[in-house]
Amino acid sequence: MREAATPWERLRQVLVTVGPGGLWLVLFVLIPTLVMLVASLMSRGSLGQLVPPLGLHNYVRFFSDPLFIEIIGRSLWIGFWSTVLIMLLGYPLAFYIAQSRYKEVLLLLVVIPFFTNFLIRVYAWIVVFQKEGLLNGLITAFGLPPAELLPSTFAVYVATVYTYLPFFVLPLYAAVERIDWSQLEAAYDLGARPIRAFWEAIFPQTVPGLFAGFLLVFIPAVGTFVIADLLGGGKVTLVGNLIQLQFGSAQNWAFGSAVSMVLMAMVLLGLWLYARTQGEKGLDKLV
Amino acid sequence: MKRWLAVHAWLVFAFLYLPIAVIVALSFNQSRFGVRFTGFTFDWYIRLFNNERILEYLTNTLVVAVVSTTVSTILGTLLAVGLVRYRFRWQNALRYLLYVPVVVPDVVMGISLLLLFDVVRDAIGWPRLSLFTIILAHISFQIAYVTLVVRARLMLLDPTLEEAAKDLGATPWLTFREVTLPLIMPGVISGALLAFSLSLDDFVVTFFTAGPGSTTLPLYIYSSVKLGISPEIHALSTLMVGITILVLLLGALFWKRRV
Repeated sequence: MREAATPWERLRQVLVTVGPGGLWLVLFVLIPTLVMLVASLMSRGSLGQLVPPLGLHNYVRFFSDPLFIEIIGRSLWIGFWSTVLIMLLGYPLAFYIAQSRYKEVLLLLVVIPFFTNFLIRVYAWIVVFQKEGLLNGLITAFGLPPAELLPSTFAVYVATVYTYLPFFVLPLYAAVERIDWSQLEAAYDLGARPIRAFWEAIFPQTVPGLFAGFLLVFIPAVGTFVIADLLGGGKVTLVGNLIQLQFGSAQNWAFGSAVSMVLMAMVLLGLWLYARTQGEKGLDKLV
Repeated sequence: MKRWLAVHAWLVFAFLYLPIAVIVALSFNQSRFGVRFTGFTFDWYIRLFNNERILEYLTNTLVVAVVSTTVSTILGTLLAVGLVRYRFRWQNALRYLLYVPVVVPDVVMGISLLLLFDVVRDAIGWPRLSLFTIILAHISFQIAYVTLVVRARLMLLDPTLEEAAKDLGATPWLTFREVTLPLIMPGVISGALLAFSLSLDDFVVTFFTAGPGSTTLPLYIYSSVKLGISPEIHALSTLMVGITILVLLLGALFWKRRV
């Protein structure tokens, strides 16, 4: 018989395994968040640096200016509708892949854009949408005047859907793979028509995957600044652009930190609601 | 019904690949502007390879990816083992902390690290924004992904195997090295590959934590795109897409042979 580890021995093992990684997360995730919280309560100095007095003035400024509320609203709006479009495109696709004889190949076709550099994927749409681009090449070939597609909200939508579509298809595919198809046959046996049978027997089984996919797409889509920056070019300002502006040319780190705190609070609130409906297992399923 | 599903699927695939195909085609186009194909050329690739700055940016990108992946894979694997095998105080708090880099938008992650580096530099004059700070930042989000991937693998593991080793008198370290690690190796490799590709791909966090002289490829692409598109960027993008496809194909073949 081996002897039970002494408390000291156990503590040592915990420290060796959890210690370095845990310390790293505290130093580079927890503390930066606290620094950001403190910074959001400070003021902007004459050179843009963070100075006292401390107060809630950045939050007051944010919530009392309709312009900023509009930016948050627009981010949520574009993020939401992009996610809905992604779900409409991705949901049937996941079923098609799961039922195909060549599912490995088709899955690879989804994974390739997923791993293609994010900036290249956004850049590709500039090439398509620019004044001398592919789309205008087609339009003018029909003798029509070229359209101004850049910058535009339309371009932002297309690129957002394009960028995050694989993020939705992959987790949903995992859910579709696990579907118990015998329930569909049972529904048919009970006399259900195809649409009803699908809705009652199959759809509920994909709901957890839908939730996970929704969050995986919605959160980055709301937070992105690159897509709106490159394709919306000053025309479309999202909350990510506002933050970037404060840390860039506007030189107001205190206000930028407050906006970041608002964005982070919204995300955590959303996740908390999700965890309440799905249980904590749902959080694990997300990743 | 089935036919509509197929039509839909291939339209979506066309949507996914059309923009990439345009870039690849234009990278071989003689004309610098527009999309009219005026003739086939390798000129843009030759210019790209003669551009020494690109080589420097590529080196920077790879140095960041290799160093950060190595550190985060070691720390993340240990963390996963500790989280699954032991019960300790603050365990739940640590588990929640682990999710933060995964769920928080990257712009928030980027500026919070920028703030941290700035505050520390004001206090002790170090660290300057450089490749070093980019590496610290990348490890911070990679750690979470590696831990979650390895932890998923660990939870599938039969705990009696480790107990058997301990009963036979193996020390914890020996048990880990000879039993646990070989069994979770596929998880560790997947985690490392994910961490590596996250680092190569990252633009936003790098954007906020980079300083002069630490330009990476994504930063370079961003700044040139802001100046307008160019065939050299088409060529660079084509090469990067090509490498992505090659690595994924090799990975798929490798995985298939093992299963």
